[in-house]
Amino acid sequence: MSETVAVPPQRNAISRLWNDKESRSVIIQVITISLVFAFMAYIIHNAVVNLQAIGKGFSYNFLWQPSSYDINQHLIEYDSRSTHFRAMLVGILNTILVAICGIVLASIVGFLLGVLRLSKNWIINRLAYCYIEYVRNVPVLLHILLVHGLIVHAFPVPRQAISIGDVTFMTNRGIFSPKPIYEPLFLVVIALFLLALAFMWWFRRYAQKVQDETGQHYPVFWIGLGTVIGVPLVFFFLLGSPITWDVPELKGFNFAGGMVVRPEFIALLLALSLYTAAFIGEIVRAGILGVYYGQTEASYALGINRGRTLSLVVIPQALRIIVPPLTSQYLNLMKNSSLAVAIGYMDIVATIGGISLNQTGREMECMIIVLTLYLVMSLIISMIMNWYNRHIKLVER
Amino acid sequence: MEQSAYKPGEHPNLPPPSNTVGPIAWVRANLLSSPTNIVLTVLSVWFLYEIIPATLEWAFLDAAFTGESRDECRAKAGGACWAFIGERFNLFTYGFYPADERWRIDLTFVLLCVALLPVLWDRCPFRKYGLYFACAFPFVAGWLLLGGFGLTPVGTDEFGGFMLTLVIGVTGITFSLPIGIILALGRQSDMLIVRVFSIWFIEFFRGVPLITLLFVASTMLNYFLPAGTTFDLLLRVLIMVTLFASAYMAEVIRGGLQALPRGQYEAADSMGLKYWTSMRLIILPQALKISIPGIVNTFIGLYKDTTLVIIIGLLDPLGVGRSSLADTKWTGLSNEMYLFVAIFFFISCFGMSRYSLYLEKKLATGYER
Repeated sequence: MSETVAVPPQRNAISRLWNDKESRSVIIQVITISLVFAFMAYIIHNAVVNLQAIGKGFSYNFLWQPSSYDINQHLIEYDSRSTHFRAMLVGILNTILVAICGIVLASIVGFLLGVLRLSKNWIINRLAYCYIEYVRNVPVLLHILLVHGLIVHAFPVPRQAISIGDVTFMTNRGIFSPKPIYEPLFLVVIALFLLALAFMWWFRRYAQKVQDETGQHYPVFWIGLGTVIGVPLVFFFLLGSPITWDVPELKGFNFAGGMVVRPEFIALLLALSLYTAAFIGEIVRAGILGVYYGQTEASYALGINRGRTLSLVVIPQALRIIVPPLTSQYLNLMKNSSLAVAIGYMDIVATIGGISLNQTGREMECMIIVLTLYLVMSLIISMIMNWYNRHIKLVER
Repeated sequence: MEQSAYKPGEHPNLPPPSNTVGPIAWVRANLLSSPTNIVLTVLSVWFLYEIIPATLEWAFLDAAFTGESRDECRAKAGGACWAFIGERFNLFTYGFYPADERWRIDLTFVLLCVALLPVLWDRCPFRKYGLYFACAFPFVAGWLLLGGFGLTPVGTDEFGGFMLTLVIGVTGITFSLPIGIILALGRQSDMLIVRVFSIWFIEFFRGVPLITLLFVASTMLNYFLPAGTTFDLLLRVLIMVTLFASAYMAEVIRGGLQALPRGQYEAADSMGLKYWTSMRLIILPQALKISIPGIVNTFIGLYKDTTLVIIIGLLDPLGVGRSSLADTKWTGLSNEMYLFVAIFFFISCFGMSRYSLYLEKKLATGYER
């Protein structure tokens, strides 16, 4: 038998390498990696040369010099003699504060909107729709500026403050309210509260176990409310209310003493959470509609009432659809909080990336800090939400 | 017997009972079906009653449409002062573009509409030539706006207003889609290095706020370029906005790629198609179709994010409005200004989202019943 297989034409080495899948993949990767490294080396080289040319080194020593500017909202001790590092910490805390408050508020309003959007009541349904469409199609920066303008213009000057029971005052410089001063005995109340929380954590698991084994049902929610709120409250009064209040007073043109919530904070919080709530509302609606209606019918067929059907059947399944996009909305809210700089709320961008940068002229160092901080915060939120997502995810084979 | 008034089969069709059809039944079913619903209906009707007449009064009935300053407006009417918008309309539209050259912006806008028509409408006459024109449009637009080659050169620092929004928005949208597709494919790639770099790129740009990237562009991008090069600020902003949007685009498209059944990839491979051919003919058309809502959402997000440029000193409509408010003649008219800018953004973004719904319906290939 003679071999009739055609001899493949001889091709040169390069073409053979290129036409082989594995070697081609190696070649592409080598080219990519060398291009990327060459690019990095090029821009780092440029940066070094440029910095040398204008006589700036690359160092973080400026962080330990006095910042010499004031920050009106600081959660930790801070004044103009504090270091830039401390200013940065104040900025981080302010960002975290508005992000956490915003996430909580946006989730509550968003779930409410989602439910209203599904309401069978035509007017409510349309109102929610109009709200969502208006908010989603207008830039968040405009919302922030608008809300800030409304707050500053609509509230009176401190002299004509709107007073609530003569202890809380609403003015265009913020909302002034009494500040609690804790006496040592208050520690007992806090300790009791923590103990009650620990007890409830144990009791919830115990009640679940008993229910799994015997079918007996404890009213966990009401018992929990009683222990966590009631017990510390009773002890609070038994110990003779170990709290005094520092009430704000009008002095000159402004209020002194007490606690103040600044208008910038209120404006940013309201604008961010109402904006994000519109997106969350649509996500919630999609999640609830995404649960097959047969699930609800099956639940009714088992004689489970409406409320329990929602909380035990529909919502747990809807959450699986809701949580991933919800995570990115939370991330967006956190990142949008950087727009605070437009209305003068002192967050990370306004402190270390704004005034510190302009005072020290350390653009490179400051921007690296700001970018890193945001990356770390994004990572933390993603990690928490991914953990939660795994927790509620359908357990498959 | 009374029932036998009609013979079997000859009973006339009676109208449905009056409590199941018609407006009254509709109101009953939709507004008053339960005590909670009644309360909600009453509350929202009250809310609308409070809001709508007051708004109409402020915006139209008691508004001043002409006048030279805020005080003149106030003397005429107690509501909105639209004369402010009227006087500043050119500034809102063209920014500081030289008045004699504004026809170039108008022409560019008309050409943009002409270029969009064949892209958006698939039964447009002469669609093929229209698409060629759409490809050439960015260059024509760049020439018209920037000048040179026979036209008076205009610096990008004179760009502003809605025109700046459109420049950033359209450029970002045009370039972020292809870059996003490449990044998404890179992230799905079998090649480790390509994948790792794509992931780093995407996660970095998604992890930081756009405003910090714009700060980077305005303060320190010059450090990374060879000494002596100057780099136009608007161009730097365009690059950052495009890269930022393409990272989000990549994630949206990755969703579409992952949603495709594995069999599609295998089928393409077994047909003997090469990588790019199979992507172009089999994978991407389906993946992009799935990700249309996400892609349009990213477009809308990018378009809205163009407002952030005011923080680094470019004057988009919001920036023009804010600096106009600083004029003592018009001070204190922020509500009118914000409403005007909001309406502009609402119309463009709402239009985009409606178009995406239309496209989704058109491309749905019948898996739904």
